Amino acid sequence: MDAIILQILNGLDKGSAYALIALGLTLIFGTLGVVNFAHGALFMIGAFCAVTLSKLLTLSHTVIDETRTDFLGNPLKVEVPYVYDVFGQATGDAIIDWAVPLSILFAIPVMILIGVVMERGLIKHFYKRPHADQILVTFGLAIVLQEIIKYYYGANPIPTPAPAAFVGSFDFGALIGFEPGQIIYPYWRLVYFAFAAVIIAAVFAFLQFTTFGMVVRAGMADRETVGLLGINIDKRFTIMFGLAAAVAGLAGVMYTPINSPNYHMGMDFLVLSFVVVVVGGMGSLPGAVLAGFLLGILESFASMREVIAIIPGINQVIIYLVAIIILLTRPRGLMGRKGVMED
Amino acid sequence: MFGLDKKDASLLLIVAVLVAFAPFLLNPFPEGSAMAQFNAGYPDLMQRFVIFGIFAIGFNILFGLTGYLSFGHAAFLGVGSYAAVWMFKLLSMNVLPAIILAVITAGIFALIIGYVSLRRSGIYFSILTLAFAQMSFALAYSVLTPITGGETGLQLALDDPRIFGSATTADGNIPVPGLFGLEMRDSMELALGGWVFTFNFGYYFCAIIMLVAFYLSIRIFRSPFGMMLRAVKSNQQRLNYTGLNPRPYTLAAFVISGMYAGLAGGLMASMDPLAGAERMFWTASGEVVLMTILGGVGTLIGPVLGAGMIKYMENIISKINSDILHGWFAFLPDGLEDLVVTMIYPFIGKGWHLTLGIVFMLVVIFLPGGLVEGGQRLARLMGRKKAEQPKSAKTEPAE
Repeated sequence: MDAIILQILNGLDKGSAYALIALGLTLIFGTLGVVNFAHGALFMIGAFCAVTLSKLLTLSHTVIDETRTDFLGNPLKVEVPYVYDVFGQATGDAIIDWAVPLSILFAIPVMILIGVVMERGLIKHFYKRPHADQILVTFGLAIVLQEIIKYYYGANPIPTPAPAAFVGSFDFGALIGFEPGQIIYPYWRLVYFAFAAVIIAAVFAFLQFTTFGMVVRAGMADRETVGLLGINIDKRFTIMFGLAAAVAGLAGVMYTPINSPNYHMGMDFLVLSFVVVVVGGMGSLPGAVLAGFLLGILESFASMREVIAIIPGINQVIIYLVAIIILLTRPRGLMGRKGVMED
Repeated sequence: MFGLDKKDASLLLIVAVLVAFAPFLLNPFPEGSAMAQFNAGYPDLMQRFVIFGIFAIGFNILFGLTGYLSFGHAAFLGVGSYAAVWMFKLLSMNVLPAIILAVITAGIFALIIGYVSLRRSGIYFSILTLAFAQMSFALAYSVLTPITGGETGLQLALDDPRIFGSATTADGNIPVPGLFGLEMRDSMELALGGWVFTFNFGYYFCAIIMLVAFYLSIRIFRSPFGMMLRAVKSNQQRLNYTGLNPRPYTLAAFVISGMYAGLAGGLMASMDPLAGAERMFWTASGEVVLMTILGGVGTLIGPVLGAGMIKYMENIISKINSDILHGWFAFLPDGLEDLVVTMIYPFIGKGWHLTLGIVFMLVVIFLPGGLVEGGQRLARLMGRKKAEQPKSAKTEPAE
């Protein structure tokens, strides 16, 4: 029992990342009908927003400290971050420590801007083109974005730690009445899951309970009629693209403490996220979220030692295998609608 | 000629001549001159040109004719490489059985994957092939290590049980692949003035196979079967209504293009007898898509051009460093020189992928037909100018 709970927990954080990226992909696909291969790059750019902010916060200037001396007896030069000058040392330290969560505030406008520019500047021109062209141009864009990041940040992963309060693990098993030491779980992963749940809930609430969301949903169902009613649906869809970019970016920001970001992390997630979208059903938002968590948990079950002993290598292929089986038995995915991408 | 009409025959002839004289054409700059780094006439790179040409020709038979965009084609290339290396390990160092086995294995593999993937079309097909390729990659990398060599890749060893031929050469080395005694790495150098031209046996071997592959692809394009595939691309539903089942045709195209990829993989292993899982990674599949699109999808010569261009960029642009750039722009005033160099620097050397990405995007946006369409447009532009001139000459006297 405890082993099962542990695997479910382990699957949650990866599943959250899959679900968030797949949610964004589905939003774009459902509204604009575009298959966005650059979505992984948006996830990666989000992660690098966190890297950038923590670098900006630790920008420092040298101050000569007269009270201390180095080993030669000269006054010691100390690097003082600019943040100290503005907020004082204690607050400054706290801000630097909380760089990753703070990046959320930084990433949202940046990602929305990138998303809107991307849609207006490039993707807009591809609505009438075949899906293959859309895949190809966004694939090219993904390469370009990835290489730009690589040029400025290098090819090595950049460690970006979580705030000190969330470093380390806690005994989850003891909380729910198991023997202590059975289920140890890192704090940050729980934070990530909670964060993902909040974002997903927020997106659904936005679509379900606001007038804007209602119009967008109507546009997803029948774009032409909404346009005939005198509503500028294109503008709203552009904003949805920005929103989808922001969701992917936030997934990336919060993922940095789990996995140090490097320039190709987006591509690695993208392939899996596409599989997730297809399993969930193209164009179905609940399907994407459900499939994201399901596949994440399935993957962590498949990497259990007992399972690998029976079927070696199953942890590497389980997601693809499930995708193949689902596509062949339920061609529309778990919750796909009729008439979406049936051509 | 060979059952081709005049236009195709001349195209084949042009390609044959270009390929035969490639060691000259690709080495236009004298050895030791400042431009010598743009020479691409060394055997290793020329072999890669033709091998990736074969790969792209095969991919084009699937994507160009049927419109099915496979994102997992590198898996077949990888399987072909593994099969060829195993043939070298077990049978003999002759390349023929290795290449034949590579083609057959890749074909069987493509049959299985194609049978499953082709049940869906559009984006679903792309993702299914991607999933299969990633699965093969993951398996080759981990569980199948006894067969694939895992992370280190599959290599020849001194204690290989080679049935025909010896395990080691007389001086205790691993033998090299060859064709009935002729070694693939045999080269002949010809020095003419400042130029050095290298004629490599392996290159010409690959080149002949590529010409055969190219000829076959022309025949497929012009055959009733090719017509059928085009019908699948333009309107599959109408095809269904006329009572035809498109599945056998698309499956045949998929298997043929998989066999082309296996052939390329086998040749790759013949030139350099090792195989690694990274050849199956999905970015490798993306690369062949780039090649085909860049050159011109659905055209005969396009994929070969695209493959040549990408491999040239990969090897030549990535070698330029900032010192060379400074050398080029030395004639500019110092400040301007630095400015120009810093502006160009991100696009060369390690940044060549950026150049590739930008070029690729521009091609998809403005030239969906690739380089071939670009050439045609250019030719039409020139032709129109020529055609207009006599017209204006005619009207002048009337005024």
